[in-house]
Amino acid sequence: MSSGDNKAVKSGSGGRASLGAECRTVSRPSRAPGLLFFKRLGKTPHFLLLLVEKVFRNELRQANFSAHAQTTRQCQQRGGSAMAADGALLLSLVEEFVSGLQDSKAKDAAKGVKDGAFTVLQLVEALGPSLTSSQPQTRARGVQLLSEVLQDGRAELSQKEVEVLMAFYQNRLKDHHVTTPPVLRGLLALTKCAALPPGSAVSMLRSLFQDVHVQSLMLAERACVYNMLTNLMETREAELKSLGADFVFGFVQSMDGERDPRNLLLAFRIARNLIVQGYDLGKFAEELFEVTSCYFPIDFTPPPNDPHGITKEELVQALRAVLTGTPKFAEFLFPLLIEKLDSEVQSAKLDALQTLNACLSRFEHKDTAEFLQGLWSSLRREVFQTSSEKIESAALAALAALTSCLSRSVLSSESEDVLGRFLEVVLRDCEHHLREPDLKLVWPAAKLLQACCGASYRASRVITAAVLPSLTEQYNGKTQCSQRRTLLEVLQRLVQSVKSSPSTEDDDGALSAHRADLCGVAFSALSESDGSLQIAATALLASLAQQTGLLLESDVQLAADHLTRLLLTEDDGRVSVAVVECAGVLAELHPAAFVTRLIPRLKEEMFSDGREAPQQHSHHALRRRCLSALAAVSTQPSVVQASTPVLLEVLKSALTGGFSLEEAVLACRSLQRIAERVQDTEEAGTCFHDVIIPRLLSLVLKAALQEEGSSGGPLVQEDFLSAVVPVISTSCSRLQPTLAARTASRAISLFLDGDVSFLPENSFPSHLQLLQVEDPRLQKQPEVSWRRSQLVCLLMGCVCSLPRGVEVPRTEELLSRLEEMSCTCRHPPSYTAAAKCFAGLVNKSPEGDALDGLIQRTRRRICGELDSSSPLRMQAFTLLVWVAKALLLRYHPLSAALTDQLFSLLDDADLGAPAADAFLLLMSDSPDVLNRGCHADVRLMYRQRFFSENSAKLVQGFNAAPQEKKPNYLKALSNIVNKLPKQVQVAELPALLSLLLEALTCPDQGVQLSTLSCLEPVIASPPPVLLQQLEAVVGRLLALVCSPAMEVRMSSLRCVRALSLLPTHQVLPFRARVLRALAPPLDDRKRLVRREAVQARGEWFLIGSPGGR
Amino acid sequence: MSGGSQLENANPVIFQRSGERQLTAADEDEDVHDPIDDREIFDLIRSISDPEHPLSLEELNVVEQVRVQVNDAESTVSVEFTPTIPHCSMATLIGLSIKVKLLRSLPNRFKIDVHITPGTHASEAAVNKQLADKERVAAALENSSLLEVVNQCLTTRSV
Repeated sequence: MSSGDNKAVKSGSGGRASLGAECRTVSRPSRAPGLLFFKRLGKTPHFLLLLVEKVFRNELRQANFSAHAQTTRQCQQRGGSAMAADGALLLSLVEEFVSGLQDSKAKDAAKGVKDGAFTVLQLVEALGPSLTSSQPQTRARGVQLLSEVLQDGRAELSQKEVEVLMAFYQNRLKDHHVTTPPVLRGLLALTKCAALPPGSAVSMLRSLFQDVHVQSLMLAERACVYNMLTNLMETREAELKSLGADFVFGFVQSMDGERDPRNLLLAFRIARNLIVQGYDLGKFAEELFEVTSCYFPIDFTPPPNDPHGITKEELVQALRAVLTGTPKFAEFLFPLLIEKLDSEVQSAKLDALQTLNACLSRFEHKDTAEFLQGLWSSLRREVFQTSSEKIESAALAALAALTSCLSRSVLSSESEDVLGRFLEVVLRDCEHHLREPDLKLVWPAAKLLQACCGASYRASRVITAAVLPSLTEQYNGKTQCSQRRTLLEVLQRLVQSVKSSPSTEDDDGALSAHRADLCGVAFSALSESDGSLQIAATALLASLAQQTGLLLESDVQLAADHLTRLLLTEDDGRVSVAVVECAGVLAELHPAAFVTRLIPRLKEEMFSDGREAPQQHSHHALRRRCLSALAAVSTQPSVVQASTPVLLEVLKSALTGGFSLEEAVLACRSLQRIAERVQDTEEAGTCFHDVIIPRLLSLVLKAALQEEGSSGGPLVQEDFLSAVVPVISTSCSRLQPTLAARTASRAISLFLDGDVSFLPENSFPSHLQLLQVEDPRLQKQPEVSWRRSQLVCLLMGCVCSLPRGVEVPRTEELLSRLEEMSCTCRHPPSYTAAAKCFAGLVNKSPEGDALDGLIQRTRRRICGELDSSSPLRMQAFTLLVWVAKALLLRYHPLSAALTDQLFSLLDDADLGAPAADAFLLLMSDSPDVLNRGCHADVRLMYRQRFFSENSAKLVQGFNAAPQEKKPNYLKALSNIVNKLPKQVQVAELPALLSLLLEALTCPDQGVQLSTLSCLEPVIASPPPVLLQQLEAVVGRLLALVCSPAMEVRMSSLRCVRALSLLPTHQVLPFRARVLRALAPPLDDRKRLVRREAVQARGEWFLIGSPGGR
Repeated sequence: MSGGSQLENANPVIFQRSGERQLTAADEDEDVHDPIDDREIFDLIRSISDPEHPLSLEELNVVEQVRVQVNDAESTVSVEFTPTIPHCSMATLIGLSIKVKLLRSLPNRFKIDVHITPGTHASEAAVNKQLADKERVAAALENSSLLEVVNQCLTTRSV
């Protein structure tokens, strides 16, 4: 840095400048420690100080006259007495602050300045005696008051005032060290001033760097310095840049040796800005690198309950931003990273790899030139001898970054091909491992090549050209299945990673030269009999298909044939899953081949008699595979047009017994999957709303109306109907709202009026009464009437899943008929479905008196039924639960009345247990209605709200209940707590833990199980109260590991295992006891229980043991 | 793992892992008694980590299901293991890990016999003798650095 001279005090008279110089010679030793310090202090010439103050005050006064003329005039106008009072007040303030050490007075003084009661000048005048005192403490106190006032009321300072204050403060930097902290604070306040005069930033920094040794300051003062630099860099960038490299050097000196994480974060940000904003690093680039890189890798563990909230990650990121900021650091950074990579510390390796990855995206290839060899051998070692997956994947990412950095080099005739040279080395080290496909190192070698290959198009070309021919050749040469499978998987990974060409016109992509070989390998593997080869081949085929424009039409057709053949012949479950998945990928890209080849063939096989098949069982399995494949390939509209008729035909044939119930259900699942995945186009909408839904309704109706035969075939079964409902509700909720509205209105007129006109193959009697509970004509055949009444679930599918905003016609009539049905029907699925449909409509009904009236009416009816000993109590109860859920979800004010009714039913003799179970229904998502997929009105966090409003009631009820009813309360509680988000569980646990522990001793196994399942996640992040009651928790859990119910044994063992992860000092006292208690379950009669016991006991053995936890 | 330390066998042959045991309906049926069988014992030991590589004993083919014999009625277990190379210095340690895993995981009615597959290791007899000697096994586990390595092998890696 240029030597300090009179320039430090630029403005002002020549006399003051020389004084400044003299002052410095006097006061500088005063910062030096030891005897000298005291000697010199005694001799400090006070007259000099006095003079400084005088000059300072004169300057300030002049400044004030010009800038604050207005204010002064106002003050004068207010009259002498007021002035005198203010003056006295000010003096007393100063006195109390400086001598009385009352810190609060600074606030009052600042307020006074802000309000205009007195000016900064007056304050300085009042401070006069303190500032010129011979006691450094008093001087410091004086400066402190001034600084604090400046920090508060800085906005009103004029440029001239700032300039003078700045000169004063700069001068004070040379004073005794106890005054330095308040001086720095004052300077910090000045750096925030908008009125900072030009040039003062530079002079201030010069004196700062010259007179202050930052690292011998306290923490807060060091932060002050960094904040000053940050402020100035934000506002005075051009001035600071004029300082040249001196500024960088000054900063380097200031931060050299910093240890506090808070300050480091500030310092790293400054360093980052120095680099990014293009300050001239000059010859200090290495110094700046040294002073920051010495913290690499960051090793910092925040203290527990750290109020500052600084994380290691923040520091790591801030430092990484500095180190990777400029290519000028390359020559220092790479050797450092290689050194850290060679260390044994895992976190250092990881940080080095991530930093490498970050810097390579900024640096040029020529920066890396001399370190390529070193980088490659370190990266190679990390992958070949990896000890953790994290480091391996970080190393691979870094290698990819390195390759793409080299790929950015521009090839010219005279320069050498850097990328080519590098890849040559990579290939030399990796390729030979690929020739030994059953040894360990084949995988790391493949991963390294894959990382290079995926980095750029140029690299893809080089790697594939070098590796693919030898791999395919090996595949054709080897005979062992395991070796061939490895080769296929390596091929697949490489193909997957190949980058497509940036320009498509002049080039066909890196793989086109190898297309024939690759397809040959894939098809030959598909023809093998080994399952694992077939699976690997389907993955390869899918990757090939995803390379745009690679496969020819004939390849796709051949692939479709192969996949069809495998679907029809392979019994292995894993193979058919892989084949179905692959078919799905291919069909999305090349639909035509699947419409013409796969679908017709599957249809033919499914409808073939199956008696030629060796076993009925295998024919069933074949149909299963075909049905799932039909769903998987149907993503493009053209395929959907071809596949859905096949599925409908399956259902039609099921009506006459051609397909079993299970197959019919699978066909519905496939239709549902198609409805979920198909694009929402008009074509798809028409297909579902105009063809599929009418056909489904018609089929189901036909089955229900069949009178002959008591069974009625598979299509009247509840399982089938509950598979049809999601097909309808998915189409209504996501395909074409206008068409969905039409479907809904058709369904309503079908159910209310018996209007069958829209159904195909219409041979139904007119005036069907589908919502009539007791059809007079069917009274003699009660076993047939339920077949019609249960169809109400289809109505639910049509009207309850419409998007909001789509009007449902004739709602009132529909609601009253549904209510009637749900309260009087005697068939459980029917009245439940009616109640759900009712609830689904209530949930979406607009707010208002009509809705409130409806709810009140329904509630009265439910209460009436429940109070009597009517045979229809269960029906009323079901309706109550569903309506309560519908209202709870939308925060309707009347929901509380209904849920209170449920709470009161916990004491009921018959309905107590169902009421406890009903809380599970209230808190969980139901699959077919009242969920977000059905566009229901579901508010956020309704569960938490319900819990917080009702947990007290539950606890009270539990305490008041007779002994035999207590389990109902515990069950209700665990049902509610179970569904709460984990954070809420942990937060609420203190209040509930004793009740939950009580629930563990409750003999009801259902209660035990549900309590255990809510304890398990809580144990993983235990609140303090659990740790206090650990004794009770361990005792209760160990009592359950020999329970008669296997689920309870398993669940309690899982909890015991989770306990082992708590802090060692908490659980170590229980180790011997737990190990003893876990010995009997090792000999349990059920294998699944033994497995849990082995895992739990293994973990507990590791507690407090060397090498364990 | 890195730097200077050289592995005895840096590039061993890798074998495929067998999948998880298939769950059957009988496994979930409360009334059926499932006897302890070979596969169950194999499942206990196959996931033990090799002291050198981040690989399981199964992947290195050190343990195989056919070399596990159990008799639930007579409460005996016999496990043979095959070191990757005949001079493997880790053989005792691997045997000890298997033995400790079984001691911790099986009911104490079982008599546990762990030994080297005949003819696959240079000092087979010595290792077998050490593993069969209860006193020596107990003494080995008193040694905290040995116990540390054994525990590391038995720690289930969180991948």
